[in-house]
Amino acid sequence: MGRYNQGTLIVSSSPHIVDNVTTTRIMLDVLIALIPAFIMSGVIFGSRAILLTVTCVAACVLFEAGFQYITKKDSTITDLSAVVTGVLLGFNLPSSLPFWMAVVGSFVAIVVVKQIFGGIGQNFANPAITARVVLLVSFATPMTTWPLPSNLLGTTDAVTGATPLGILNMGTDLSSLPSNMDLFLGFVGGSLGETSAIALLIGGIYLLWRKVIEPWIPLAFIGTVFIFALLAGQDPIFHICAGGVMLGAFFMATDYTTSPHLTTGKIVFGIGCGLMTMIIRLYGSYPEGVSFAILLMNILTPQIDMLFRRKTYGGVKI
Amino acid sequence: MSIFSKHLPAIHVEHYKYTAESPTEKMPVPDKVYISMVQHIGAPCQPKVEVGDLVKVGQVIGDTDAFVSAPIHSSVSGKVTAIDKSLTMSGVWDLIVTITTDKKQEVLEGLAPPQIDDKDSFIKAVRASGLVGLGGAAFPTHIKFNPKNLDEVDSFIINGAECEPYLTADYRTMMENSELLINGLKNTLKYLKIKRGIIGIESNKAPAINKLRAMVKDNPEIEVMELRSVYPQGGERVLIYETTGREIPIGKLPADIGAIVSNISSVVALQNFIETGMPLVSKKVTVSGNAIRIPKNVEAPIGTPISQLITFCGGYKRTPKKIIMGGPMMGAAVYDDGMTVNKNTSGILTFDEELATLPKETPCISCGRCIKACPMLLMPTLLAKAYDAKDVEQLQKLNVNLCMECGCCSYVCPAKKQLAFTNKLGKRLVMEGGKK
Repeated sequence: MGRYNQGTLIVSSSPHIVDNVTTTRIMLDVLIALIPAFIMSGVIFGSRAILLTVTCVAACVLFEAGFQYITKKDSTITDLSAVVTGVLLGFNLPSSLPFWMAVVGSFVAIVVVKQIFGGIGQNFANPAITARVVLLVSFATPMTTWPLPSNLLGTTDAVTGATPLGILNMGTDLSSLPSNMDLFLGFVGGSLGETSAIALLIGGIYLLWRKVIEPWIPLAFIGTVFIFALLAGQDPIFHICAGGVMLGAFFMATDYTTSPHLTTGKIVFGIGCGLMTMIIRLYGSYPEGVSFAILLMNILTPQIDMLFRRKTYGGVKI
Repeated sequence: MSIFSKHLPAIHVEHYKYTAESPTEKMPVPDKVYISMVQHIGAPCQPKVEVGDLVKVGQVIGDTDAFVSAPIHSSVSGKVTAIDKSLTMSGVWDLIVTITTDKKQEVLEGLAPPQIDDKDSFIKAVRASGLVGLGGAAFPTHIKFNPKNLDEVDSFIINGAECEPYLTADYRTMMENSELLINGLKNTLKYLKIKRGIIGIESNKAPAINKLRAMVKDNPEIEVMELRSVYPQGGERVLIYETTGREIPIGKLPADIGAIVSNISSVVALQNFIETGMPLVSKKVTVSGNAIRIPKNVEAPIGTPISQLITFCGGYKRTPKKIIMGGPMMGAAVYDDGMTVNKNTSGILTFDEELATLPKETPCISCGRCIKACPMLLMPTLLAKAYDAKDVEQLQKLNVNLCMECGCCSYVCPAKKQLAFTNKLGKRLVMEGGKK
């Protein structure tokens, strides 16, 4: 038989063509989706908010690169996942937090939660959420000292006060609660990237349009918060716009690795997040429960995946 | 499947059907043809000729008494110049009959339409025609057409989906041989006593749908069904589900749920045999890809080397780095272009270095895209983890054997993991009982 090109042709298993979506592209989309909230954090809390987020990003990237260098692993910096973690961690901090604490948080997120468990795709809980919770229990006071929105020209953010949920939690002077419009736009106290519901919503819709996330978790999460508030006789709009619900529902709870695979599981996961959030908000001693709710549901994810399996074609449940 | 859809999961792939409007060109007879004695799933054929014999077009040159088999015919007239063992497509050594052609293409004397008057003579004719599943699986057609419970079969489904990118040979067949197709379908329904005939065609082949619909408007038993243009509509289990809504239980065959599926080209080749007595000796093949100068649909004698088809299509435009027999989703990459057109060859794709090089694998991020894409509703990412752990029990539990290797999971994976390949290996591991 004639032998042509023998030895020069690539022989590999099918398929021989693949989609152009990559991990890097997905992470880039998440970063693009976070831009509106990033801009709003600067508008609301001033330049220090921007600096704090940038610090977290730089620290996360350096910790990842450093860890992988020391452990002689292939670098995964270019997949941008460390950048995403950095931005999300920054968004979960009060803008007045000392920079070194943000660096500690970045260490927890990247080294303790992500890399020690095997790197991207292997972590059992969301790195940014876990880091935030660690910081909250370690540095309770600076983590709950909330700068109030600076006026648009001023760069001082010395004025602090309670967040809307804090006011609600103390239950003393409910008349000082901000209007729902202020909440929706984000001109209230809180973690620097979580206050602007509209900015996060725009980002969330971008992620849905790009098919980076599916709607089930955000819908179930926000829907549960809404209905729970309604049943508890509170303003549902207030509850879905206040605190970290929008940030958590679209950007944190939808983390691939730590949320269920299948639609039913995702809905259960979202409902669980919503329920936990509202139970902590209304009956717990903390004013806000989004981080704890997502962390808890992260840990339950393998069990949810086990419970809500699907049938294969031909009818066998796997 | 999703609770919101009556379709199985599927993916969108680029079509790249560059040759859709190129009429089939019959290529000149090559100097030599190399006809493999392995042209179907089942027992290989034994050569029925010897070196030095003169053969004519349509003459049986290989056959066997084994049940799962189909005879092999000479595609040319000429002289048998060698019968030797060679490495075949599937990587096994087998007999190849080399025929040096005399270019006269003399047809075997006495070749006549077969006598068919009932099911048995029909099935006999199907075997005599040398037909195997031309879509790729190459399962002998006479066995497929004669299941034990034939009386329970109520649907004969013809696969005109041609869901693989690039390939247009089936589309050209539907346009160019529509009479043979419809008559072949009518004959099959008549002799197998099947009530309903369905031709499933993807919506991106509207001219074929319209043409065939017009031809069967007075035949209520035949329906031309428009399928979504998504991959893999042509997978047997997928096609049955999309056309009849029936699922084949694991371990059962299509006939068990009352369906027989056949490829467009198979029905056309069958009708050609019924009308002329000429068995399956040539194949319509799409030659395409970005390394070929003039992409074409070519009708080539079985046994023609790929290199001859390439020459007929103007040669290589760029240095080929990968040559695929079949489509890009399920076809096999060959290691040289001396491989030949077989009964089940539907396409020859040539890729340059850029197309041939797949991106590097990165870690799984558990995004679940593979799970959403799997038409068989498997969990490819979990299967890959089970394979990595060489966990045979888990592979079986996750039903790795249901995987049809359509490649949807690998296609959508952002980490570029070769999930379909892993499943192939996983199946092998299960077969060997995890001895490795």
